[in-house]
Amino acid sequence: MSTRTLRASLTALLAVAGLTLAACGNSNDALNSGGGDSGGPLIVGGANFSESNILAEIYAGALNAAGIDATTKENIGSRETYLPALKDGSIDLFPEYTGVLRDYFAAKSGDTVSATDSVGVFNELKQVAPSYVRVLPFSAAEDKDSVTVTQATADKYSLKSIADLAPVASKLTLGGPPEWKTRQTGLAGLKKLYGVDFGKFTVTDAGGPITLNALLDGRIDAGNLFTTNPQIPAKHLVALEDPKSLFAAQNVVPLVRQDAYSAQLQETLNKVSKALTTEDLVNLVKRVDVDKEDPKDVADSWLQDNNLS
Amino acid sequence: MNEVLAWLTDGANWQGPDGIPVRTYEHLLYTFIALAAASLIAIPLGLWVGHTGRGRFLAVNLTGGLRAIPSLGLLFAAVMVLGGVVHGDAGIFVPAELVLTILAVPPILAGAYAGVEEVDAAARDAARGMGMTGTEVLWQVEVPCALPLISSGLRSAALQVVATATIAASVSLGGLGRFLIDGLGQLDYPQMAGGAVLVALLALIVDLSGAALQRVVVSPGLTGKTGPSFRFRPRRAPVRAT
Repeated sequence: MSTRTLRASLTALLAVAGLTLAACGNSNDALNSGGGDSGGPLIVGGANFSESNILAEIYAGALNAAGIDATTKENIGSRETYLPALKDGSIDLFPEYTGVLRDYFAAKSGDTVSATDSVGVFNELKQVAPSYVRVLPFSAAEDKDSVTVTQATADKYSLKSIADLAPVASKLTLGGPPEWKTRQTGLAGLKKLYGVDFGKFTVTDAGGPITLNALLDGRIDAGNLFTTNPQIPAKHLVALEDPKSLFAAQNVVPLVRQDAYSAQLQETLNKVSKALTTEDLVNLVKRVDVDKEDPKDVADSWLQDNNLS
Repeated sequence: MNEVLAWLTDGANWQGPDGIPVRTYEHLLYTFIALAAASLIAIPLGLWVGHTGRGRFLAVNLTGGLRAIPSLGLLFAAVMVLGGVVHGDAGIFVPAELVLTILAVPPILAGAYAGVEEVDAAARDAARGMGMTGTEVLWQVEVPCALPLISSGLRSAALQVVATATIAASVSLGGLGRFLIDGLGQLDYPQMAGGAVLVALLALIVDLSGAALQRVVVSPGLTGKTGPSFRFRPRRAPVRAT
């Protein structure tokens, strides 16, 4: 082989490695810049779906109105990515959901948790939460994961609840985020709780446009959508009931870094949590995902309507 | 690093529908289809531009312009736009191949027209002087002489497509990008890094195969490695490095 060929090949190898490193570097920058420890503004994080970002904007807007300097850092990724950021202080506050957060912490600490109702889940969450975070009172507003199918699929197999999938699941394909491969509230839980073992699992996204597209287009038969997804009523989809509460109560709850906590912060966020309802969530998400409004504008109008701005 | 090695050598990761062999096969399939489609478009066009000298301005600017398109953005746009046109598995497969094809066209086109254009004018004139027609000049002189550049255009395209085919995973297709995206979602760094290593290795292997193929198909008279005198050189004569 000529040296030129070898050099071209090595350059290619380096280019790929470089891209990989660059990608890693970027995500680090996003999480590390402007940490809250240095007395800068309080940083409210949002995960990679619209509702989380809207809630982050609502929190930040309410805090700013109350005189606490706050800014947002959105679209961060999955819980496995952003909770470490809360720990290292690059994020101070995160809109969370009681059930999934409890399960996440419980898995880390090795505690067993069993509650499925809102209060029980919340109490367990407080017990398993590590000392670097503080869980504030939860809102009645709730957004649960669901296994959702089209009306046609529901009719064909007479599906009302996830349990009805058990005899037919081996013929079906489920779509969901990559975390579902390994998480309890995913393939493992479906199998253990309902005996539902899908024939195939396709990684789509966490209740986003790719899952919806795949479901409407027939690439998957069932998909992970959130119950506040405005497309469920709009596209005549059926979110299967979850009688055994695989997906436990998922009330919206502010998760704050211990060092960033203050009584004023809690008081302000309590007002938000009290005012927020599940119907509000469906409506707010619809305005962002369907009407393509800006999450911040949508959050501001909600704050105004509820006298929190 | 040990964890990455452990992930790469774990037998469980080499089995099943989301094992390394299947993902590598998918990755190569996406790459091959895109390269084939891009070649069908770009090689005839490039030969025509190089041979006639017509449309050169367009070809130069087209290759430059196409290179500036961000593949990931185009992929999402294509999925959304084509989503209403093609259904089922094709709903994501066609947009992904479209994006990879668009990525592969510029280097192949550039290689083809530059290769033909840069054929020694004396060789072309000699061919015409021997009474060859335009088509004969193209196929018997220009194309063989242009092969090194055509081939390097193809290799450059292959390298880009292998590296970029990882984005197919972001719209729920397979390929080696699956390991990058799933690894991120599961916070499984060995899986992510292992996937990146596999992409790099695959790029290396594809390029080396291209180099080997180029060696076979390009006329020895063009490479400077050999020639009539080659056969008669003393056994231990130093070979000129290229």
